[in-house]
Amino acid sequence: MYPTDYRYTKEHEWIKTEGAVGTIGITDYAQAELGDVVFVELPKVGAKMKAGQSFGTVESVKAVSEIFSPISGEVIETNPALSDAPEKINSDPHGAAWLVKMRLADPSEISGLMDAATYQAYIAEKAREHSA
Amino acid sequence: MRYLPKSPSERREMLEAIGAASVDQLFQSVPEKFRLREPLPLPGPLSEVEIIQYFQARAAENARGYTSFLGAGVYSHLRSVVTDALVQRGEFLTSYTPYQAEFAQGTLTAIFEFQTLMCQLTGQEVANASMYDGSTALTEAVLMAERLTSRHHVLIACSVHPEYRQVLATYAKNLGLTIEEIGYSSSGQVDRAALTPEKLAATAAVIVQSPNFFGVLEELPALAESAHAHGALLVTTITEAVSLGIVRPPAEADIVAMEGQALGVPPSFGGPYVGVIATREKFVRQMPGRLAGQTTDAAGRRGFVLTLATREQHIRREKATSNICTNEALYALVATIHLCLLGKEGLREMAAQNLSKARFALAELEKIPGVRRVFSGPTFNEFTLEFQRSVKLINAALLREKIVGPFALGTKYPELTKRALVCVTETIPRAEIERFAAAVRRILETPV
Amino acid sequence: MNPKATETELAADTNVTASRHVSRNEGLIFEKSASGKRGMEIPPLDVPAVDPATALGRDFLRDSIEGFPEVSEIEVIRHFTRISSWNYAIDLGMYPLGSCTMKYNPRVNEFVARLDGLGTEHPQQPAEASQGCLRILDDLQKCLLAITGMDAATLQPAAGAQGELTGLLMIRAYLESQGNPRKKVLIPDSAHGTNPASVVIAGYEVQNIKSNERGQIDTDHLREFVSGDVAALMLTNPSTLGVFEERIAEIAAILHQRGALVYMDGANMNALAGITRPGDFGVDVMHLNLHKTFSTPHGGGGPGAGPVMVKKILEPFLPVPVVVRKENGQYALDQNRPQAIGRVRAYCGNFGVLLRALAYTLAYGPGIRQATEDAVVNANYIRKHLEDSFDLPYNLPSMHEVVFSDARQKKHGVNTIDIAKRLIDYGFHPYTTAFPLIVPGAMMIEPTESESKEECDLFISAMRAIAEEAESNPELVKTAPHSTRVGRLDEVAAARKPILRWKP
Repeated sequence: MYPTDYRYTKEHEWIKTEGAVGTIGITDYAQAELGDVVFVELPKVGAKMKAGQSFGTVESVKAVSEIFSPISGEVIETNPALSDAPEKINSDPHGAAWLVKMRLADPSEISGLMDAATYQAYIAEKAREHSA
Repeated sequence: MRYLPKSPSERREMLEAIGAASVDQLFQSVPEKFRLREPLPLPGPLSEVEIIQYFQARAAENARGYTSFLGAGVYSHLRSVVTDALVQRGEFLTSYTPYQAEFAQGTLTAIFEFQTLMCQLTGQEVANASMYDGSTALTEAVLMAERLTSRHHVLIACSVHPEYRQVLATYAKNLGLTIEEIGYSSSGQVDRAALTPEKLAATAAVIVQSPNFFGVLEELPALAESAHAHGALLVTTITEAVSLGIVRPPAEADIVAMEGQALGVPPSFGGPYVGVIATREKFVRQMPGRLAGQTTDAAGRRGFVLTLATREQHIRREKATSNICTNEALYALVATIHLCLLGKEGLREMAAQNLSKARFALAELEKIPGVRRVFSGPTFNEFTLEFQRSVKLINAALLREKIVGPFALGTKYPELTKRALVCVTETIPRAEIERFAAAVRRILETPV
Repeated sequence: MNPKATETELAADTNVTASRHVSRNEGLIFEKSASGKRGMEIPPLDVPAVDPATALGRDFLRDSIEGFPEVSEIEVIRHFTRISSWNYAIDLGMYPLGSCTMKYNPRVNEFVARLDGLGTEHPQQPAEASQGCLRILDDLQKCLLAITGMDAATLQPAAGAQGELTGLLMIRAYLESQGNPRKKVLIPDSAHGTNPASVVIAGYEVQNIKSNERGQIDTDHLREFVSGDVAALMLTNPSTLGVFEERIAEIAAILHQRGALVYMDGANMNALAGITRPGDFGVDVMHLNLHKTFSTPHGGGGPGAGPVMVKKILEPFLPVPVVVRKENGQYALDQNRPQAIGRVRAYCGNFGVLLRALAYTLAYGPGIRQATEDAVVNANYIRKHLEDSFDLPYNLPSMHEVVFSDARQKKHGVNTIDIAKRLIDYGFHPYTTAFPLIVPGAMMIEPTESESKEECDLFISAMRAIAEEAESNPELVKTAPHSTRVGRLDEVAAARKPILRWKP
């Protein structure tokens, strides 16, 4: 379910790196919490981000979630498919519904993020808290 | 008490069921020292007829039955009794905000119709379900322009309603938005020469009113072009919505902030009125206020719901586009019904009558020695005149003849003393216009 | 999509029962429009007609309004009467909506608002010709000050949210005059969404403070939070849980010791009128919702009015104009106030709403306490009879409203929204769902004093029946409502591809 070559944040973003470029999206857990996505707000190409900075929002009918950048860097591409079909985030959050691509300012930041196994344990704990 | 549907025995039964010995027990959580021991010193209680008598006495202390030549942002127009007959139906009057759409399709359908009518009137693509009034609609429109352009300075014509400008200043003070006023030319329109490229390039919006506070129509297409050439938006406000019956709609404006009071809402000493924001579809997610959207249920039946709620305070809280919650829904309904009754031809005819009556009054008044028209620009149902005497003194004398005289511009524009803004709507019979002109002539002939 | 199903198709659809209205196929007014029809005629012009093209010039003229309706008077009457029958209303039955105070809207209020000489008055006409209007405002002001125990008032704000902003701007102006406007406003996590939104517009930062396990403000935590940076605490009392803040005196003292102020959101005043006065328990500034406590009609979402009452220290900062009575007995609008925060709207306020609130207050007089008592009795009666069926997260004395949660029903997959929708099938409007935020799956119920014992009993039996259904037949509840003209509407589609107007 959670690709092993991705890294994950506590705010439920994922990042897949290829060299100095990272593709970023939100996780399946996040989209399930939100419900049907109706709108996505993304940063402009060229925007510079710090790790942890908010760079956009994902909206359902009744809630808005901010998206936080997992790493520092510059936005080089945003996913054009999402303005017409935001529902892709629900159906394919780890693939076709990537949000942005960024050029990493500091590739070493990746090591501070969770791997797939750690992330799965993290969300399992969260699920336990909710039903307690 | 007639509004309380309980008999003393029912109250006792219910207290027993709760397990409380007395009603006082239910207020134990209020600290003893704060609990009132005496009844409040309030007037009443009054029976229904006594309430009516109180308000009838108040009505007699106003300008009941007078003929009024006041406009200045609030307009008396004909309205049909059908509007009140419908709006007083309990299903409209006493219903709640339509958050539970299945149980409020009446309200939502009417809002959707209102939004449509506002788009048709203004030539814009989307309109919201109402703001408090024109002054706050304009303020919110300006804040919208700020968000859209990320510029924190605006240019506003001083011929925009003075109280609207005051409201904008009150809100802007704490939001880091700076406001610069632009003067007017001899036509009464905004001084285009003062809208320099440097100023425009630094501004989020150019803000004008049309017809403006002096009654003069602004040249909106040219203003839009100038603004857009420098990355600024054109925001326009309209206080006399009936003008849209014959005047070209502000389709080139980016955001229209309108006061809908002229559309069947009584003057009512200042409110409630109905503001509207109308704009381009691409700006919709930055719009404040409620929006009704069309959708379907599982069986494919058409219905309407409040939508794009993530802009609003109950979801976004401190990041909302506005803090507005309660709006002017019932008065949006009044405007909707009124416009449906008037229809395409009726609104056009009403507007045309306003134009004719105002021109007639202008001609009559210009015959009086010493009275001259100020501002050369085209006007709708209001125009500015200069007198050789204080407008306040003229109005005091007119009041004795049961005429409420025109607005004294000197009270808001120190450079415009002895100038008055005369408004004539379709409600004023010819004989009253003639009586007004004769009275003004007589007053001016009388030595001070 | 089939917005206009034929009568045969609808009749065959056995899931949809016939409702109260004549035509279930009523479309939009634009769909009835045809050229040449008119609903209202105006008297013929009695002055020479001016040609708009000549008078204004072609550049200022419009073409005819594309798509504008053209219908007759009877079509307007029928259209709006038919669609009105699709609404629920207070005139039909209870709205158990928490913190909305949906009470009876007295009809005499509608009558007096429309009197010739009141609805007809222009806000800019001379004061000597407006003494009746000004006295109405002054009389109302005096009543509201007596009820709240405060010193001065503004009647200008058009709604509670605007009242909040006005109050916050006055706090800022006052603190500025003391040398430092400060930076933050404290807001409990149980607050209504307008509170943080208003704080931001006033140029302050929101600092959320957590409620304690009793749903009240934790005074120890509060002490920590109230630094020199804090301008005010914004609280609702009783809270949105319907519970009185028992330590309010201590809370106020903590703020005042640091030179900060206490703002009270008066949305829940229906629990306090005639029983206690906010001015007595430490509140410096508050707003009232006249469309809640003071019976003015909701009208499908507004208008309202949110007058703000202040203590003497804030009086200089009231927005202009202020209604005053001069020594000679004449009423006036005082515009000359050098320290005023400015103006929050054009003219002096929603006069028509203010007038109705005065009519309401005059009807009760000092007996207003009885209304408050009945409201609290109703809430407690309903609570008592539903405690066995629903989870009560905060077991504290309720005042005029009670908050349950859907915890028990969740075990069967039924949540607060489902229960609310099923309530519609029993003929009631839903209670407030999903608020306050501190109660997951909240069910907030406020019956008001306008409900008879009979209506309360009907509501109780409906809620108990639904609790039963949640266990025995959860699908029925989850797919509700079944008896309305339309079923659950697709809000997702409405938000993804918004259609916000009719097009030909």
